[in-house]
Amino acid sequence: MEEIRDVVLEYVRNEYMEDQDEELTYDTALISGGFVDSFSMVSLKRFLETRYKISLPDNRATPEAFDTVNKITDLVMEFLGK
Amino acid sequence: MAYSDKVRSLYTDQLKGLQDGGIFKIERYIHSVQDAEIEVEFPPGAPIKKVINICANNYLGLSSHPDVVAAAHKGLDARGYGMSSVRFICGTQDIHKQLEQKVTEFLGTEDTILFPSCMDANAGVFEAVLTDQDVMISDRLVHASLIDGIRLCKATTDSFKHSDMAHLEEKLQLHSDKRVKLVITDGVYSMDGDTAKLDEMVALCEKYDAMILVDDSHASGFIGKTGRGTHEKCGVMGKIDIITTTFGKGLGGASGGCVSGRKELVELCRQKARPYLFSNTIAPPVVAGVISVLDTLSKTTERRDKLEKNANWWRQHLLEAGFILQPGDTPIVPVMLFNAKLSQDFARDLFAEGVYAIGFFFPVVPQGKARIRTQISAAHEMHHLEKALEAFIKVGKKYDILGKTKAEVTAMYGN
Repeated sequence: MEEIRDVVLEYVRNEYMEDQDEELTYDTALISGGFVDSFSMVSLKRFLETRYKISLPDNRATPEAFDTVNKITDLVMEFLGK
Repeated sequence: MAYSDKVRSLYTDQLKGLQDGGIFKIERYIHSVQDAEIEVEFPPGAPIKKVINICANNYLGLSSHPDVVAAAHKGLDARGYGMSSVRFICGTQDIHKQLEQKVTEFLGTEDTILFPSCMDANAGVFEAVLTDQDVMISDRLVHASLIDGIRLCKATTDSFKHSDMAHLEEKLQLHSDKRVKLVITDGVYSMDGDTAKLDEMVALCEKYDAMILVDDSHASGFIGKTGRGTHEKCGVMGKIDIITTTFGKGLGGASGGCVSGRKELVELCRQKARPYLFSNTIAPPVVAGVISVLDTLSKTTERRDKLEKNANWWRQHLLEAGFILQPGDTPIVPVMLFNAKLSQDFARDLFAEGVYAIGFFFPVVPQGKARIRTQISAAHEMHHLEKALEAFIKVGKKYDILGKTKAEVTAMYGN
């Protein structure tokens, strides 16, 4: 689980952060906090699906479910059956 | 009464929130035509003050140009005030078709459709030409009207880091399975004044079989050697699938916009774009005005050449005076102040010196990147620019920011 959390954190940092020094924690509000624009959530969804070989239905890949690294990790864990 | 005290207080609280947050917008009343010098009442009730205007999108100085005004008068007399109908019922005149043809020739595209505004063009185009099998990949700093149009469309959305071609390529690879891929960008970005790398973007689109849409509102009429726009500047005339642009900036400054590009896409907009189907098009006097603007710009580059000369002079002299500018080569010249309050104080002091400019700060621009956005016009004569420069230097000295680095300015005022 720790590994998933860090992989997601690293992906979010590279994909969305303009300023690489900006503080990003497991609980940073990504979408509601304005770091991740909702238009590009699809990249994150596709990344998770490819990396973890899971399929996330659209009704579960919501801005709320993707709002923090912790929430994303929980979602991935659920679909991995862990 | 439906509008109860409870409902009213809901809205007064919302307005108070805007005021408390420092993002409540106040309009300045202009008592003259739009030009290099305007007469302004600000704040409301204050005596009218004549000031040099360096914050209009009046790039070519045509908003009150006698030739354009005369053409509009003629159009008013010949074709009336309005059409009282949408285009496909009884709202299409010969001059609407003429204007569409002239825009097509001017931009070097296949066909054009007029919209009441470019905001409407951007609101209608995506839904008209894309479906849920497609993807829209937009630059992260595109204009708000593109964002709204994208939101109205069922195609998948994605975005790439501003002007980052490697990131765009990753996205094109990621969405290789989509039926249609549409890359979306502004031609010139209005807050920073930088230009999209259209040559590189077109090459990527060709490599990955994608289409490209450019909103050239801050470019049409003056960017490129003959003012055709960003596609001319970048050497990709004829390779942009969709151009959206406005007649409310360089091309006369009144109102109206269009979608210009591949003929099938334009025809789909005519059949399906909701702002086109359910709203009157551009009024006859404005159509006549824009036709005269395009006729003039097709004959001579005099105005865009003067604009380029003015903008280069302005940028060079601000740099020499010691201001920090956002790099670029367009008539949009942002003077960086970094701190929000400083940008507001600076604009207020400029106004007192007879120069009208606006300070922009978060959320309009990123946190810590507050600035005065200056916009140069072909209507500016050298004495206007010299007086404006003098005012900038005087106010710059007052705040002791001339010749200072970003770190030194933010150390004094915060960011």
